[in-house]
Amino acid sequence: MSERFSIDRREFIKVVGGGVVVLVGMGPSALLAQDRRRVYPEDLNAYLRIGEDGRVTVFTGKIEMGQGVMTSQAQMVAEELRVALGAVEMVMGDTDRCPWDMGTFGSLTTRMFGPFLRAAAAEARAVMLRLASEKLGVPRGKLVVADGVVSVAGEPARRVTYGELAQGRRILRTVDDTAVLRKVSEFTVMGGSPQRFDAVAKVTGAAQFAGDVVRPGMLFACVLRPPAHGAKLTRLDVNAAAKLPGVTVVNEGGLVAALHADPEAAAKALARIDASWETPAPPFDTETVFDHLVKAAKPGEAAGVKGDVAAARAAATRLFESTFHKGYVAHAPIEPHTAVAESKDGKVTVWASTQTPFPTRERIARELGLANENVRVITPFVGGGFGGKSAGLQASEAARLAKITGKPVQVRWSRAEEFFYDTFDPAAVVKLVTALDAAGRITLWDYHVVAAGDRGAELFYDVPNASIRVSGGWRGEGTELHLFGVGPWRAPGANMNVFAKESQVDIMAAAAGIDPIELRLRNMTDGRMRRVLEAAAAAYGWKPRAVPARTGRGRGVACGVDAGSYVALIADVAVDRGTGTVEVERVVAAQEMGVVVNPEGAKMQMEGCITQGLGYALTEELRFRGGEILDRNFDTYALPRFSWLPRIETVLVRNDGLDPQGGGEPAIVPMGGAIANAVFDATGVRFYRLPLTAARVRAALAKPA
Amino acid sequence: MTKTIRFRLNGTPTTIETDGDRTLLWVLRTDLSLTGTKFGCGEGICGSCTVVVGGEAVRSCAVPVSSVDGKEVLTIEGLAQGGVLHPLQQAFVEHGGMQCGYCTPGMIMNAYALLRADPKPSREAIVKGMEENLCRCGAHQRIVAAIEGVARGKGGAS
Repeated sequence: MSERFSIDRREFIKVVGGGVVVLVGMGPSALLAQDRRRVYPEDLNAYLRIGEDGRVTVFTGKIEMGQGVMTSQAQMVAEELRVALGAVEMVMGDTDRCPWDMGTFGSLTTRMFGPFLRAAAAEARAVMLRLASEKLGVPRGKLVVADGVVSVAGEPARRVTYGELAQGRRILRTVDDTAVLRKVSEFTVMGGSPQRFDAVAKVTGAAQFAGDVVRPGMLFACVLRPPAHGAKLTRLDVNAAAKLPGVTVVNEGGLVAALHADPEAAAKALARIDASWETPAPPFDTETVFDHLVKAAKPGEAAGVKGDVAAARAAATRLFESTFHKGYVAHAPIEPHTAVAESKDGKVTVWASTQTPFPTRERIARELGLANENVRVITPFVGGGFGGKSAGLQASEAARLAKITGKPVQVRWSRAEEFFYDTFDPAAVVKLVTALDAAGRITLWDYHVVAAGDRGAELFYDVPNASIRVSGGWRGEGTELHLFGVGPWRAPGANMNVFAKESQVDIMAAAAGIDPIELRLRNMTDGRMRRVLEAAAAAYGWKPRAVPARTGRGRGVACGVDAGSYVALIADVAVDRGTGTVEVERVVAAQEMGVVVNPEGAKMQMEGCITQGLGYALTEELRFRGGEILDRNFDTYALPRFSWLPRIETVLVRNDGLDPQGGGEPAIVPMGGAIANAVFDATGVRFYRLPLTAARVRAALAKPA
Repeated sequence: MTKTIRFRLNGTPTTIETDGDRTLLWVLRTDLSLTGTKFGCGEGICGSCTVVVGGEAVRSCAVPVSSVDGKEVLTIEGLAQGGVLHPLQQAFVEHGGMQCGYCTPGMIMNAYALLRADPKPSREAIVKGMEENLCRCGAHQRIVAAIEGVARGKGGAS
């Protein structure tokens, strides 16, 4: 079978040491059925080990990039295993030590991997109880367990610790369907907000990121880059660079790099490499990309068709036709893509800032012609990902250069490289035709999205005649749509889809003279959405109003569903008519995400979504001319800053009847729509394109009405 | 050109012989193994490389190492004393003033210099003082709360 099975169990025990080890099994079938695309294989890596000192080591293929899963996964294990949270240690994203994992994205850690991890911990608890029962000579039913100690009910002196039970053991246990998870009402660790596991390391500088890894004799590499995507190298002279003291130049298989023990010396050497390029004429740019997308995209299949769209259109008395646009948006993590690679005794080890350690290992193995087990990817803390570190060209480059030079190599992208090789959130277009009847009911929804995919396009309003057509996804469809890389960006595609949908609903509400929340509730029976919308309105203190304020200050609402969670968000803005600047003064967001594992952690993610969302709504749009990227640093590509910070109020709407859902992405999806709707309320002017830059707002407000 | 540069680094007298034109950031990170100070943009825009030189916040990616000759340099590694976190560090922990943590050392060092200049800043002064430090995760609200907490409590960095 696959290479993943090649380590035998005896070998494995030697690797992880003694104690009780819980392996990945075939997996509870009910859990697997949640998402058939992602199946955890029967891997000989352990989920967790209880050591002879009673400490619990958790092995997870997930990575920590700020979303807080180092802490929340430890909480899950502590809860199910019944140990103190402080007894838990986390090993994350190490392909030699952790169970295989597809990657950390899609807000899947808690909702998809969480049940497996909890089942593993519950299984380990069952093992401990069995061992304690034998040791104490008491049936399992009479035992109680807390803080890693098993004792006889009513006789606390008769006790044995997990560490004592693990002494001298070599127990392997496979997760199966029998593990019983604890109920929400029993939770003592889950549902709480302990101090983050990574907090102290991150405030002291001790937290290690990929670029902080130092290997003996390590060289820093600077790779030659084209001036534009699609440019061809026509002439290359590396002689001057190669003559510099301490410099190694690599020119192999299209990879040209200057390496030196000092990163600045490597950069200087790169500047001495003389290269000429032929750059194709730019076929489109920041402004003309939308026409290109509409022309080049495949027609797409209509999904989610119901009723009779043509008949509803013919019968409509009040028809609304809109086209929405959004440009490319960068991930712009403050940590650029970085990797350190070392090739030793036929095995390559790569420390990478990546969201996908296992796929990265498999890719590097393929590229270097090695077996998977001869490549190990270790993921230190990741300095922000947002989807952008699902791709990891830098890890491949470091691995290739380490193999070529025989020395450890660090590749750390410059900010310009980061902007050049980012896999951007794609520019996209939505065309939307809707109708409203005299009673304020939406009768028609004819939706066509180009280049953003279907995430967030689904309808949570009750519309009898609807069609949703999707042309091209956020991964890009081959090379015909985009001139450079596109890929997942926090809630991929959903920011665009929700902006279009929720703007359109507002357009209808304004035209019909109906309060925008009232119109939404009138067309909505989904209980989860109604509850978050009502919770947001209550927290905000929403008073119905049917006409826009047009006072320069306004409020806007938008709703979204993402990663299984529901969110409603209300934003207050102040618009400066002179400069066109939009200031978001207050954001109220209500989110329902099933059982909440860590409420403060969930709120931090909501705040992060809201703050980051200000960027794609107001300023962030990558400027390019053909394959040439014009934004190369933060001086022209404006990220949200402290002075932009609105008053943020987050509300978690309880739903303990539902398993934990995703929390890393949902609250960002309504930001564009809520702000555009608020600007309309403030000015009476509707904006159909994100971002709402000051220049665009100023120009629109200057036009005669 | 190789120069001898003498300075106090996190309280310890330090002498290095190196090309004085190298940036402070990379000398700290490579020669001196202080990797808490981060590379973010390379042009002094994002603030993740912020250290404190002579009491002032400095973008270490944008200054030559020769500029710290004879001065006092404080990096994130020098803030905790005897294993006890500095009040700012403690406040960042308690308020959850970080997510990915990559900008955090720069944030804390910038806040340190801010509080040194003005131990009781208003919220507006904190926002203004932190404006040039970028965080992509959106931890801003809690970072401001953490600095405000210190400003209201012990009166800022000593």
